[in-house]
Amino acid sequence: MSVTTDSQSQELAPSRPSWHVVLVRPETMTFLLLVFGLIGASLLSPFFLDVNYILRSFTLTAEMSIVALVLTLVVISGEIDLSAASNMALSACIFAWVQAAGAPLPIAVVVGLLAGLAMGTLNAFMSIRMQLPSIIVTIGTLIFFRGLAQVIAGDRSIRVPESFIGINTVMVAGVPLPVVIFVVVAIILGLVLGTTVIGRQIYQIGTNQEAALHAGIDAKRIKVGLFLLLGIVSAAAGIMAASRLGSVRYDLVLGGELQMVLMAMLGGTYIFGGRGTILGTFLAAWLLVIVSTGMTVANLLPAIQLTVLGILLIVAIIATNFIYARTQR
Amino acid sequence: MTTGQPMLIEARGISKQFGGVEVLSYVDLDLHAGEIHALLGENGAGKSTFAKILAGVHRPTRGHLKLNGQPVDVTSPIAAQRLGIALIHQEPVSFPDLSIAENIIMGRQGGGLLSRVPWIKITTDARRYLDMLGVSLDVTRTMRGLSIANQQMVEIARSLASDSKLIIMDEPTAPLTPREVETLFDIARRLREEGRTIIFISHRLEEVRMLCDRVTIFRDGAHISTQTIDSISDDEIIRLMIGRPLKKFMRKHVATIGDIALEVSNLTLPGAFEDVSFTLRRGEIIGLGGLVGAGRTDVARALFGVAPAASGQITVGGTRASIQKPTDAIDLGLAFVPEDRAGHGIFATLSVEHNLTAAIPDNIAPGWFINRKLERSISRRSVEDLSIRLASLRQPIVELSGGNQQKAILARWLLTEPDILILDEPTRGIDIGVKAEFYDMIGDLAEAGRAILLISSELPELLSLCDRILVMSEGRVTAEIPRAEASQENIIQAAVPRSGMAA
Repeated sequence: MSVTTDSQSQELAPSRPSWHVVLVRPETMTFLLLVFGLIGASLLSPFFLDVNYILRSFTLTAEMSIVALVLTLVVISGEIDLSAASNMALSACIFAWVQAAGAPLPIAVVVGLLAGLAMGTLNAFMSIRMQLPSIIVTIGTLIFFRGLAQVIAGDRSIRVPESFIGINTVMVAGVPLPVVIFVVVAIILGLVLGTTVIGRQIYQIGTNQEAALHAGIDAKRIKVGLFLLLGIVSAAAGIMAASRLGSVRYDLVLGGELQMVLMAMLGGTYIFGGRGTILGTFLAAWLLVIVSTGMTVANLLPAIQLTVLGILLIVAIIATNFIYARTQR
Repeated sequence: MTTGQPMLIEARGISKQFGGVEVLSYVDLDLHAGEIHALLGENGAGKSTFAKILAGVHRPTRGHLKLNGQPVDVTSPIAAQRLGIALIHQEPVSFPDLSIAENIIMGRQGGGLLSRVPWIKITTDARRYLDMLGVSLDVTRTMRGLSIANQQMVEIARSLASDSKLIIMDEPTAPLTPREVETLFDIARRLREEGRTIIFISHRLEEVRMLCDRVTIFRDGAHISTQTIDSISDDEIIRLMIGRPLKKFMRKHVATIGDIALEVSNLTLPGAFEDVSFTLRRGEIIGLGGLVGAGRTDVARALFGVAPAASGQITVGGTRASIQKPTDAIDLGLAFVPEDRAGHGIFATLSVEHNLTAAIPDNIAPGWFINRKLERSISRRSVEDLSIRLASLRQPIVELSGGNQQKAILARWLLTEPDILILDEPTRGIDIGVKAEFYDMIGDLAEAGRAILLISSELPELLSLCDRILVMSEGRVTAEIPRAEASQENIIQAAVPRSGMAA
């Protein structure tokens, strides 16, 4: 046996030092950007470092951020859903339309949620059951849901009752309710992804679905579950948006799907699945708010703001890919 | 005998590092024009890395190459092609939807980017190169669906099209039938007569002995020895490869054979296999032999529920079983180590630990959450039991050597405490030393009362391990040979398809 020991050590890849492990985590990049963003924005405007101002700004994108958290799970599992923003709009329109037709508010909410669930089911059926590529399927449903929303609502706004307006003004210990919901959802999903068998299996099916099948992991069931979850959470987010805005139009969060994908990517989620964290998306959601409000406070033109966001995404994708290429060899 | 021949390649001090790990150190090697030169060594010894450096896939960290006495820098596969160096991959890389002719002429049809494609010239040229090899194929059909042997021929024809002086064949014979190997060797010899040089990488010593003029042995990234084949014995080669003499493997003792564990009758999946019946008892190792594509893997996949059979019966432990998906099979105590480790086995980028525990979610998570400590101790125990060599349980499994990855997959299944273990080519592409460990393990598992179905293309493996050998050919079981009567000859005889017997 003593003969083999030196050849054994040759076989081993060297163990990485722990600082290296932390540094190559993709969320580290997001976190550093967040810190730089905070410093930069407060240098641009002394008013920026007002916590209430940041929190209030965050309520404007809280609904989308919540959906982005679930979307992160979908992307890690190796699929994608681009129809979530349209789902928000259609669910909100259905909700508003049902209550405008005289149904009690709770019924309208339930109908809205069920509509979201149905949309998730449609995506799951085509992507998983019929095995069509989810990127194409959900581009289709992205347009389809938005179109249906326009059929239902037309070009006008549907008002929601006074009693339902103002979720963003409800404060929990000084924090707006949508932000609280976002944090709670992030904690729950973070725990699911990081500490449960389902979470582990989401990574496994996203890494190698065939190997998962051979290991007795029911990839289809998990993916269907994720599409359904995304459907119903999108509906809830749409209804939250309706409460914040006070009325619903078919173009609610138009183009929001790109911002959701941006959050996931900025947070280090790998577009081809198998890698990513809830923490990353959580940090990225704050990063986006801080960068865009920082730029608004600094009186930068919207056109410049858009350019900066685009550059940010490109930098994030290059960094993530670089990190993954290094760790993968 | 080769002195005085002109030198085609002179490699001096070639070294290569991957991420700080030196996989090749100071290799000197001369290749003569017109010789067939074998590179031997265990996996990870550096022979493939060296071949890839010659072919421009990798660039050396140190050292330099001379081609025909001139210093050259092989910066890319395209540069290698221009210099007349071609690499034939084991699983050929081609454009499956293009025609054979296009795959052969690929990029050499001449003309500018916008000039018309000279189809007639392409097809006649392609046909000419295949004729040189003595292969008759319709060059206008697409690559898709071509046998691996014919795909290799296309790759060799491609290397002729670029007038390669050095052709590197990286384990070309592994997926081939004996007759196809013969054809390949004839072609290799003809290429040698034309003055071309061939590097032949293989694990099979008898093939090296049949074909090659000289052998070079690598170990742990270093060049150990280069000799003419006639001046070195097999034992000597093996000793140089592994650095110690290897005892011939024999199963220590045959286990006591117990109750019927698995009974399969008339299992059929149209297009894959037909009317397969056998019984497997506890403590028994049944070998499933035959050529690649005979339907052996399909039977295994059906038994495990990956691709269920259309008709027939499976009885596990005395009760009728319906296996429609892998979880059904796992619940019945089956385990399946698939042939395609990278595609169906490992989660490459996930940690060794997460790979080990993938099939036992309930054991690591007794409640709602995964118990990390429990998972760690379970994984650590498997690593010790199977002596898996790794730096850390948290390292991505893809960083382990092939043999240790395979051990990890086996460990994953042993954790499920299976009664019936299906092993599909478990020792393909792993080192000789680790292979012997696997044989011991398989023997021990049978002795512990597990029933084992071993699919293997390596006849010595079947002969030394199995109590009974089933041979499949074209989807049917053509022979069932008890241990005492089994020989290489009667297995091959049953494995080779016969005309008129087609399903």
